[in-house]
Amino acid sequence: MASTDITLHQDVHHTHDAHDTDHDHHDQHWLFKYIFSQDHKVIAKQFLITGIIWAFIGGALSSIFRIQLGWPQATVAWLEPILGKWVEGGKLSTEFYLAMVTMHGTIMVFFVLTAGLSGTFSNLLIPLQIGARDMASGFMNMLSYWFFFLSSVIMFLSLFLETGPASAGWTIYPPLSALPQAISGSGAGMTMWIAAMAFFIISSLLGSINYITTVINLRTVGMSMTKLPLTIWAFFLTAVLGVLSFPVLLSCVLLLIFDRSFGTSFYLSEIYVGGEALANVGGSPILFQHLFWFLGHPEVYIVILPGFGIVSEIIATNARKPIFGYRAMIGSMLGISLLSFIVWAHHMFVSGMNPFLGSVFMFLTLIIAVPSAVKVFNWLATLWRGNIVFTVPMLFSIGFVSLFISGGLTGIILGNSALDIKFHNTYFVVAHFHLVMASSAFFGMFAGVYHWYPKMFGRMMDEKLGYVHFWLTFLGVYFTFMPMHYVGIAGFPRRYYSYTSFDMFNTMGNIQMFISVSAIIAWLGQFIFAFNFVYSMFRGRRAPQNPWRSNTLEWTTPVQGIHGNWPGAIPAVYRWPYDYSKPGAEDDFIPQHIPYAQTPSSNLPHEKNLP
Amino acid sequence: MITLAIILSLALLGFILYLLFRIQVLSSIFRGSYKKTVSTSNRVNGILFVLFLILGMGAFFWSFGVVKKDFMQPVASVHGQWIDELFWTTMIIIGIVFVITQVLLFYYSYRYQYKDNQKAYYYPHNNKLEVIWTMIPAVVMAVLVFSGWKAWTKITNPAPADAVVVEILGKQFNWLVRYPGRDNELGLVKHTLIDASNEFGYDVRDKKSMDDIVAPSEFHIPKGKAVLFKIRSRDVIHDVWQPNWNVNMHAVPGMPTRFWFVPTKTTAEMATETGNPDFKYEIACSQICGQGHFAMRIVVIVDEPEDYNEWLAAQKPFSETGAELFAKAMETPAPIVSAEKEVKTEEVKAAL
Repeated sequence: MASTDITLHQDVHHTHDAHDTDHDHHDQHWLFKYIFSQDHKVIAKQFLITGIIWAFIGGALSSIFRIQLGWPQATVAWLEPILGKWVEGGKLSTEFYLAMVTMHGTIMVFFVLTAGLSGTFSNLLIPLQIGARDMASGFMNMLSYWFFFLSSVIMFLSLFLETGPASAGWTIYPPLSALPQAISGSGAGMTMWIAAMAFFIISSLLGSINYITTVINLRTVGMSMTKLPLTIWAFFLTAVLGVLSFPVLLSCVLLLIFDRSFGTSFYLSEIYVGGEALANVGGSPILFQHLFWFLGHPEVYIVILPGFGIVSEIIATNARKPIFGYRAMIGSMLGISLLSFIVWAHHMFVSGMNPFLGSVFMFLTLIIAVPSAVKVFNWLATLWRGNIVFTVPMLFSIGFVSLFISGGLTGIILGNSALDIKFHNTYFVVAHFHLVMASSAFFGMFAGVYHWYPKMFGRMMDEKLGYVHFWLTFLGVYFTFMPMHYVGIAGFPRRYYSYTSFDMFNTMGNIQMFISVSAIIAWLGQFIFAFNFVYSMFRGRRAPQNPWRSNTLEWTTPVQGIHGNWPGAIPAVYRWPYDYSKPGAEDDFIPQHIPYAQTPSSNLPHEKNLP
Repeated sequence: MITLAIILSLALLGFILYLLFRIQVLSSIFRGSYKKTVSTSNRVNGILFVLFLILGMGAFFWSFGVVKKDFMQPVASVHGQWIDELFWTTMIIIGIVFVITQVLLFYYSYRYQYKDNQKAYYYPHNNKLEVIWTMIPAVVMAVLVFSGWKAWTKITNPAPADAVVVEILGKQFNWLVRYPGRDNELGLVKHTLIDASNEFGYDVRDKKSMDDIVAPSEFHIPKGKAVLFKIRSRDVIHDVWQPNWNVNMHAVPGMPTRFWFVPTKTTAEMATETGNPDFKYEIACSQICGQGHFAMRIVVIVDEPEDYNEWLAAQKPFSETGAELFAKAMETPAPIVSAEKEVKTEEVKAAL
């Protein structure tokens, strides 16, 4: 509703006076302009900044547990001022270690790489790149952020509970997550985890429904689905995955709530814990895993798909070359999205489920490698014979492709049920998904932030600091996660507080230390980014209107973003977004809103008679 | 005092970094480098990518060679050997793809970096190429799926009838073991009967429990024979994980699981092979199960079959080791009634 008003309002205005746009802007109370804003650009910034704060918290947690893993003998009494009684006699408490592992995963997967990534770039780019005044429902969009905020507050507060935050791993498998007798984090911490996730799911649904509706209905004149930038395709499919899979997580945790608080036995059966036998019989922990991974697997594509889109767009722009195989790129994203729903049980090969099911899921899982491979080949083909400008976003995009290859290939091992027997729950898995999903998605996010920063804040981020940030992060990530494969091949199980109890795990001490040093340096390197981000907001060089000489519509809007995005009529679209270095054109890019009639010298035969 | 010094030096460091940053900004304004499409940074980054490729690949293969002796757990089971072979075959295939794609990525980045007089080649698509590089991975995947599926089926097929049966029960935070004894059938257990003197929750009215060997001080299995682990948990999910055998299976409360394998090397042989006289086969828990997760360990001794039989024969049956329990059951018939009820509910569940 709200956006309809805006559209009408704006259009009426501009028939009279094109310079009047800022007018209603100033009338707004600051509270509604900056805090409870319904403007998609402001909401995008809110998601981004919240996401960045969460990323630093998540990174700090990992640095602390990497200290424990790298130097298991060391005392960490110096952390007492921060961690208080979680440091016992100079050592981290074993329960708090698990709490940190759990919260690191939860924060990074959901709060940073889902909300922080999709929330930021879907909000910012969907209206700007499809040529819309705002989201279909500005009000729902605002609610989406504030539910996320509420969820964040609850999750953050749970970190300070006396019994600790949720500690059963980010996958919260019951019975461990259902029984406070089994681990203290499954008390109030788990309750708050579930409450926070419930609000998170609401936020995600409000956002996703909005993104889908906007992409389907509000495209400008001429913007057919086959002229959409790949970013929009990626955000669109991400939203579809979210709408279809997040409700399953809600039902999954709803049953967990019943088991925890109301004595049902959906997931619990024949348990003797804390000196007493429980009355629950007939439940199945496997059921939980099926429901959880029915979300959990699409979730990893929710995390990585926006990266696909962002990187495709940035590589084409900076290679000054059309993306190779535009339709194949869309097709592979569609294929990946579809397949992502029917591969979930590859997380459960040795969970005790029927081995026949394992065979089926191995087959389906390995199919997903095909569209992923096609994407990589297409990115490589786009770089081939390009004219590459190494802007900071371009560096991060190339880094993304490199990390996606390195991490993706080991997926071929883990998706094979026979090989998964060797690697299930070892550090090999940790190394795999941190490369292919976590680091890649982070690189996609960094690429996006550097690339669209001028659109968000009207200023450029400092390039040199960006280079330092990139190289430090790139090296840090590889130095952290490549050696981790060795630890995994040696059979080290994940979520271990220390490996000193086992003779078979007495090796790898040096490697663990090396990994810890790399991880902590990579985390510290992010403060360069934080500084650059904040500093450039106020003192950065003022951005030109189209700093990367890009084709997409967002660069036709004024540098200082305005309510309603375009001061006059929304430009119509005539061509696809990747007309870079077209033979016969005077410049090496032709934006989407330039009609073919204006570029007779570069038109291909079939484009001669197009408008 | 030390804290203060640390804070001060950090502040100083921050300030120096900030000054360096300002100098850099001012000099770039002075030189006007930001006005150009590309500056010398473009060339530098191109070179850095090639350096990264060469040094990174070098470091990877070098470290792989150096650490290999540490991460190669000696394989000691029949199916472990299949998995190992499949793993290294797959590693070679993905290793080739890894090298080719990474080399192309960084080489193209370097080779096609921006030049003023150069124009990118307008090459939006080529359907033939797309089909080729869809088909190749599809075929490779099909081969890998097929070999994986063959191995997986063989590994997960039912155990041979003469397999040595051992039950492993996971609990926070250790493993308990029992053998079925002469009748080769494990006695009936119920979680409601568990207490400190009856860790498994035996219902001793069941005759099958008499000859069971329960929680022996050591855990032995024979070499060269099929060994079937019947795996259970009595509280949360655990996972029986032994890297030398490649045995990995969740222990799930309320749902018994199983894994069978054939060990190929005795503990003594492994001691010789690894050069470690104290070598022990250890089972670890690999599914997060609580604060003691990292120390959930049991040692298994693999014997020559003769030695194993000798050891087994020396073990006392449960009728002796659990004599108190049998005596108590005689005195108080109460739990027996409730146990019977339990049996009924279980049958109903199975019927559903």
